[in-house]
Amino acid sequence: MSAPAATAPTSAPPVRRFRIPGRLAWPIGYLVAAILIFVFYYLISMGYLTSVQDWAGRWIPITTVNQSLVWAMCALGLNIVVGYAGLLDLGYVAFWAIGSYVAGWLMSSFFFHLKINFFGDAPPFSPQGVHINFWIVLVAGAILCAIFGIIIGAPTLRLRSDYLALVTLGFGEIIPQFFHNADKQHVHVNISNGTQGISPVDKISGPTFSPTGGIGWGPLGPFDGLSRYIFLIILTALIVFISLRLRVGRLGRAWLAIREDELAAGAMGVPLMRTKLAAYAVGAVAGGIAGVAYSVEIAGVSPDSFDYNKSIILLAMVVLGGMGNVWGVILGAIVIFWFNQTGLPQGGNAFNSAFGTHINFPSYNFLIFGLLLVLMMLFKREGFVPEARTKLVLREPGRTEVESLGSDLEQPAPELEEATAGSGDGLAGSIDSPDRSSP
Amino acid sequence: MTTTTLATRPVAPQQARSTREIVLIGSGAVLLVGLAIWIIWNLVSSPTQTLQASVFGLSNGVLYALIALGYTLVYGIIELINFAHGDLFMLGTLLSAFVMAGFGFTHANVSGIFGLVLVLMLAMVFCAAINVAIEFFAYRRLRHAPKLAPLITAVGMSFILQNIGLQWNGSQQRQWHPAMPGGHVSLGGVTIGYDVIIDTIVTAVLLLIMTGIVTKTRAGKAMRATAQDQDAARLMGINVNRIISFTFAVGGALAGAAGLLYQQTIGTTSYNLGFQLGLIAFTSAVLGGIGNLTGAVLGGLIIGLIQGLNDGGPHGFGQQWSQSVVFVILIAVMVFKPTGILGKNVGEKV
Repeated sequence: MSAPAATAPTSAPPVRRFRIPGRLAWPIGYLVAAILIFVFYYLISMGYLTSVQDWAGRWIPITTVNQSLVWAMCALGLNIVVGYAGLLDLGYVAFWAIGSYVAGWLMSSFFFHLKINFFGDAPPFSPQGVHINFWIVLVAGAILCAIFGIIIGAPTLRLRSDYLALVTLGFGEIIPQFFHNADKQHVHVNISNGTQGISPVDKISGPTFSPTGGIGWGPLGPFDGLSRYIFLIILTALIVFISLRLRVGRLGRAWLAIREDELAAGAMGVPLMRTKLAAYAVGAVAGGIAGVAYSVEIAGVSPDSFDYNKSIILLAMVVLGGMGNVWGVILGAIVIFWFNQTGLPQGGNAFNSAFGTHINFPSYNFLIFGLLLVLMMLFKREGFVPEARTKLVLREPGRTEVESLGSDLEQPAPELEEATAGSGDGLAGSIDSPDRSSP
Repeated sequence: MTTTTLATRPVAPQQARSTREIVLIGSGAVLLVGLAIWIIWNLVSSPTQTLQASVFGLSNGVLYALIALGYTLVYGIIELINFAHGDLFMLGTLLSAFVMAGFGFTHANVSGIFGLVLVLMLAMVFCAAINVAIEFFAYRRLRHAPKLAPLITAVGMSFILQNIGLQWNGSQQRQWHPAMPGGHVSLGGVTIGYDVIIDTIVTAVLLLIMTGIVTKTRAGKAMRATAQDQDAARLMGINVNRIISFTFAVGGALAGAAGLLYQQTIGTTSYNLGFQLGLIAFTSAVLGGIGNLTGAVLGGLIIGLIQGLNDGGPHGFGQQWSQSVVFVILIAVMVFKPTGILGKNVGEKV
């Protein structure tokens, strides 16, 4: 079927094939995928597709799709820090928390003595609180997170990479603990409602789809998952766009240079501190946007949902998909979130009923994530959808191996003379087969 | 290797550098003075309570020191933050609890003391074996990989061990009946439990043995050589792999001992203990100067003291800020003196 090629030219001999320009390839693919998913769930909600309705409700409910998009946004933000700039961040959940609380403050009746409604979605008959428009809150959350990214980054980015991981982990613990404790009892000012969290967050206005087929406009309730899907897919597209454009630009190339060799990058004139800070700030922006979107999706903020495990699951998403590759990270996020939220419990139920066992599958999820991280690092360090460049870098032997004699000898000789004799071979071996370090 | 870093370091204008250093030193000094004032304020307003809280904190600090030694040993030799170390300690507490309870060593009589000694050995061997196995199966293959890879592997290992603990212990905290003697001595209104004294003695003995191993024996010498320069050590005929395994074994054994002591002193086990205490212990190691054995012990005691004063002192922030206080210390150390109290200033190995 070469119809598209044959339709256009009727007279001219130079056959002009219809080709999508490279820079339009991903938006079109993204749009098609997004519309297909939308149509699928729209048909289900209209009552068509009755044969797959039950199956979809159990295995891929729309709430899972929506939340996986939130995770994908966060994972994309972490990908900028870890995948692009090569800085290990173990406390990324802090930005998610900050974004969520910004939504909690600006889109609820939390500040009940104020009555501010700025293009917002205040619930009818209760104008208390601050109700700002969703899109403005998004910008506010993004800016606040960027500021926090810089605050966290500025004093710590001079540190070596492994210390940096630890300091970020520290911030990832302090900020959620602050939100957890910051109520009247502990800090004399109620900043975050303490352990209760902030609930409910405003229902944003959007297109609603009633089961009878009508399309309206109004506040989105708990069952309007499909409407929120539209918002989330747009936000995800925004972050994908930022990631991809930055990646090819000057800043992105500087990040990759730092990731691959900080010394060389510095020597070539890349401003190390500023570039690393930019990675932190941009990564944090994605976390803030995801945080705002998350609290709108689940209509509340709970302090207990921001723990260390979330940071690690995000890291697993980035690693599984392929550090530095936007599409790999999105795939990793969707697969891991689905697996954690739906796949493992439902698959476990199916397994238990099929074999008559009583294994609590969801309680093994950390074992699986831990194994995943370890096995990926041992055997497939570049992830399942690797970026060509990352693959090259990660397969390259460590620099210590090339620069030092005999360091690649697996079994050092017991006697000294054998060891010295072997070092010559070792040097030759390391030059001949440069990828000996790969397991 | 060090010279590479030094040679390529950009020569900053003297003015800018000194300004930054003045700001750093100034704010560091302000922090230290603030800490001192806080401690004195505590002491003045209620000396007994402060001393009691300090004793409690220091008894924890002894355990932090034991765990911190494991971090510092491993970091000193292969420059890896072994995130799984805290969870190894947690498995040590679980093994101790279950074996002590399983054999009925739950009373402070002759058999209880015998059981304590026996399980101490057992926990040390158990944790040493796990640590060596982790090194053998995971870290060894990644020794020449980019630095991100072993770090992520260590995080993954930590998750695996934590899940093993979750399946073993259950998701709830468990309460155990300790075999430690329950009495206490009073010193001017401050009570010191026998268990605290036993902890301190056992830790001191273990530290002496470990210092002896590192400074006096052949293996210790090889260990120090490997830490300095792996390749040179290998050329001198040292079996580097075996020495690294040995280091992991020593660190694991100390974590196992800390596991038994913690379980017997505090009397509870929970699966996420390793994460919390591991980070506190790592902070101790960093505070003292990572790679420095004396520093790890000193750091553990200081962190224990500050945490004790924060949790129980008359002007502490309270227990719910405990974790935050420790992390603030960690970040402050990282910012103001990344080499720690006793650490020497060495350039990053490239």
